[in-house]
Amino acid sequence: MMKEGMMDENESSELTEDEKRLFADLMPEDLSEILDTGVNRRHFLKLMTLAGGGILAAQSAVAEQLMTRPFNEAAPADYALESIENGVNVSFKVNGTARKLTVDSRMTLLDTLRERLDLTGSKKGCDHGQCGACTVIINGHRVLSCLTLAASCEGKTVQTIEGLAQGNSLHPVQEAFLKHDGFQCGFCTPGQICSAVAMLDEAKKGHLSYVSETVRQPAGPAKLSNEEIRERMSGNICRCGAYPNIVAAIQEVHSGKPVEQVFRSV
Amino acid sequence: MRPFTYSRATDPSSAIKMLAQNPTAKFLAGGTNLLDLMKEDVERPGALIDISELGLTDIKPLTTGTNQGGISLGGLSKNTETANHPLVRQNYPLLTQAILAGASGQLRNMATNGGNLLQRTRCPYFYEVAMPCNKREPGTGCGAREGINRMHAIFGWSEQCVAVYPSDMAVALAALDAVVKVRNASGQERSIPLGDFHRLPGDKPEQDTNLPHGELITAIELPKNRFADKSYYLKVRDRASYAFALVSVAAALEMDGASNRIKAVRIAMGGVAHKPWRALKAEQLLVGKEATEANFKLAATAEMAEAKPLAHNAFKVELGNRSIVLALQMAMNGGKA
Repeated sequence: MMKEGMMDENESSELTEDEKRLFADLMPEDLSEILDTGVNRRHFLKLMTLAGGGILAAQSAVAEQLMTRPFNEAAPADYALESIENGVNVSFKVNGTARKLTVDSRMTLLDTLRERLDLTGSKKGCDHGQCGACTVIINGHRVLSCLTLAASCEGKTVQTIEGLAQGNSLHPVQEAFLKHDGFQCGFCTPGQICSAVAMLDEAKKGHLSYVSETVRQPAGPAKLSNEEIRERMSGNICRCGAYPNIVAAIQEVHSGKPVEQVFRSV
Repeated sequence: MRPFTYSRATDPSSAIKMLAQNPTAKFLAGGTNLLDLMKEDVERPGALIDISELGLTDIKPLTTGTNQGGISLGGLSKNTETANHPLVRQNYPLLTQAILAGASGQLRNMATNGGNLLQRTRCPYFYEVAMPCNKREPGTGCGAREGINRMHAIFGWSEQCVAVYPSDMAVALAALDAVVKVRNASGQERSIPLGDFHRLPGDKPEQDTNLPHGELITAIELPKNRFADKSYYLKVRDRASYAFALVSVAAALEMDGASNRIKAVRIAMGGVAHKPWRALKAEQLLVGKEATEANFKLAATAEMAEAKPLAHNAFKVELGNRSIVLALQMAMNGGKA
């Protein structure tokens, strides 16, 4: 993989004269660092804050141009093993592509997907296994990537929201979420969809839930009531409260029949 | 998270040796509780030994030994696999229900049976490192004793610790007379009855269990289950799903022939103590009696009379009382109230 950090460093040192003047005016205390190592995330955020305060009005064209450019950040892809504390080599497959990385032993799969592999679909909500926003599918099972060490993924197959569509055709669960408006802000959506995809497979295999009535009967494909869907999806929290739409979307895929939203059901 | 070394163990005996050699090492299985606690700086292992690829995932009938006719559940079998296994569903439906009452689908796909037994309390004073906690840092005091203790123990607590043990699975295992199989670094195997596996806090709340450092849970064994026809796991919580128990009850009955007389009964409670709480007093009162609501109430009231609630959890006494009665009724009626 290309050393992106080095590339950025070269690029960002080439600030235009207007841009240099902008930084000299607005962030004089950071100017020498910017000229030295380029614009990093902290500089960028500071500039955004100033822009938000309306201070940039006079130089808005210059600032706008600047904000569309990539800024300098530590290289995301390949680190030397010796530069990582307690580095662990790990090879695994993500959305069909083989990946080989050296990771800090502390690195979660979630951070690895987002920060090293640029797969930012999986979201960091609570980072403590309580919200489900980071749900991915490992070896066919839905799990929480925030509580999974990347080091423990050796030889495994990981599927994220980015890997569900086949080319330009969305996965049926993705289609149904669009049709039923199964989200408002969208932050929990990748986790909801990954969770639902794997949950529907669990139901096909005859897996039970706490609200299933027939525990002792042999496993066969489970027909899910809305109550069953809510129970089985309870590990995915939606702060916007799009639950009726989410349940409708999942029920439509599960039953194969058009479903109306139900705002209150027992 | 503090730095630690990570290594993958390839077989049980080398894993146990690696652990035994390093007092700061911990096993990593599902990681659902351990990693969370490491992020909070509550757990600070110097080394993690990943045991998730060791095997020990078999779920199989026991054809020999003291639990002949029973079942062995692999220590590293996932909670989901255990709950949905045909042998468990058919012969130990109480265990299936209890596992499925806990956590979420994602967490049950990660969590192992052994790890479930070793999960630590969710007491917020244990989790918050700025607070005193005798379990986290012995000798610092108990924040919950005079603090917000709505979720805490009503049985068996001490002045040092009022935390409750969070597992649902273990509550069913307590009712089903489970035995925990463990192996040490010398390769010796031993059995710990589930009732002796977890401890009451006493003056050593930092010790959750009687499992010493350097031992691995290889399996959980259950004897042949005579309660399969009449059992129920009732969990009462603040939310309908995905929340720890305020009170839970695993109830299991064996009737005397075709009569309504109780031949044997097991009642275990969750959310009320530092370990799964066997309601022995209620059990004793019910053996040989008719399975009637009046008798259930008498037994439940006698059990809960022993409770010592804290400032904010007196409601758990009445809740426990009613939950025992309801769980027994549902066990009698095939899961219906």
